[in-house]
Amino acid sequence: MPEPPLAPALRPFEAVGGWTIGTVESLGRFGTFLAEAVGVLVTPPFKFRAFLDRINFIGYRSLLIIFLTGAFTGMVLGLQIYLTLVRFGSEAFLGPAVALSLIRELGPVLAALMVTGRAGSALTAELGIMRITEQIDALTVMALSPMRYLVAPSILAGLITFPLMTALFDVVGIFGGYLVGVKLFGLSAGTYFGEMQTFVDIGDIMVGFWKSLSFGVIVTWVCTYKGFNAGHGAEGVARATTQAVVTSSVLILVWDYFMGSILQ
Amino acid sequence: MIKVEGLTKSFGRQAVLRELTLEVATGTITIVIGRSGGGKSVFLKHLVGLMQPDAGRILVDGVDISRMRGRALDEIRRTYGVVFQGGALFDSMTCYDNVAFPLREKLRTPPEELAKRVEAALAQVGLEGVGAKYPAEISGGMRKRVAIARALVTEPEIVFFDEPTTGLDPVLVNTIHHLILNLHRRFRFTAVVVSHEIPEIFEIADTVAMLHEGRIVEAGSPSVIQSSTNPVVQRFIKGEPDNNVSEER
Repeated sequence: MPEPPLAPALRPFEAVGGWTIGTVESLGRFGTFLAEAVGVLVTPPFKFRAFLDRINFIGYRSLLIIFLTGAFTGMVLGLQIYLTLVRFGSEAFLGPAVALSLIRELGPVLAALMVTGRAGSALTAELGIMRITEQIDALTVMALSPMRYLVAPSILAGLITFPLMTALFDVVGIFGGYLVGVKLFGLSAGTYFGEMQTFVDIGDIMVGFWKSLSFGVIVTWVCTYKGFNAGHGAEGVARATTQAVVTSSVLILVWDYFMGSILQ
Repeated sequence: MIKVEGLTKSFGRQAVLRELTLEVATGTITIVIGRSGGGKSVFLKHLVGLMQPDAGRILVDGVDISRMRGRALDEIRRTYGVVFQGGALFDSMTCYDNVAFPLREKLRTPPEELAKRVEAALAQVGLEGVGAKYPAEISGGMRKRVAIARALVTEPEIVFFDEPTTGLDPVLVNTIHHLILNLHRRFRFTAVVVSHEIPEIFEIADTVAMLHEGRIVEAGSPSVIQSSTNPVVQRFIKGEPDNNVSEER
């Protein structure tokens, strides 16, 4: 039965209470959404074709943007770091400085932000349109789990593609720094790569790896959740897409700080 | 048989269904009519388990599905076919794959049998040769027919139609109604149709139920409904404006 209206004096309290309950409920739904996705990931049947499609959608189609941003990030780093180091006569350390910046920090973060902009937004919009055109309901009433067909393959694809794209971003960025440091400023290639070999160890690579892995989960989790729960009409899909990109981007930066603190 | 008892649903302070009660006999076509925004689609979503009521029960062959979730509800849904208002075809798949999808994924039909059944289902709705097209490449009427083929390809016991003729021209409305009737005669499924196509629905319905302000205010054979003395029913059938209209939901 509908609730009776409250006295006007009590309405602000009702609004605060409603907001609090709504926030706690949506956080709960957000958490159980991931738990449900993990649940269907570890139980058969595994939707291999859907998984391959998501690898293509999230990973393969993001390669160009990763290549471009990686190259220019490396070139900017090479330029700025070289101009700083040369003041102290330490330009020999350009290689490790570029590599460490990329591998530990900029590679995972920028690759994740770029993939959020390209694939995350598209993932939310696609699921949002499926929601408002009742395609998700159609799967549900066929007694088939939309989580198994639409969400779990995306999260698994995120787990696999994000570290790979981060690795590509790092490699391309290192060669971008090489172009500026070696080809433009005349640093020797042996120095650039030799010092890198001395100062970059497996621990640094693992920091970037764990970050990219967690970003893969965060981005696909947020973007599928927002799309899956998109509101009505084109406006609902547009709002869900904006929220997905903003929330993913903020969470990437916040989580990056905590990961950086833990994995020093 | 589907028996709905005292079904109640509110969204915040807005009551959409108010102790709705209805019986749908096995093997019949029951058409739920009512004004747009009157709660017909919400009612249908309860029947297919997409929404849970605040109160009341939905008994499908004696089993209460109103609080069911997970596998138990999926077992009931395996006997269902649902035609959504907009068709809800998967737009990334061809029409053939749309119709094949429930066979392939739900029933694990072997490929050779699958092809035969999909082609037969498309032929039943008069759509031979459109299997290779995507939903975006065909007309609205054809999309509705593909959706009907997809809903019926698994030979369900109960089929729900949510406004299957909305947005179609009068000729197509008639075509879809007679398609439903012919398929019903052939497969003898129980059909629950939500519609507001007056008077066309009287030709195909076994039972017509009028939903008004969250309640079934009148239910019976088409002749009973047409001769009803209930002013709400009469106004709706005649398309007369209601001076005491409740707010659109």
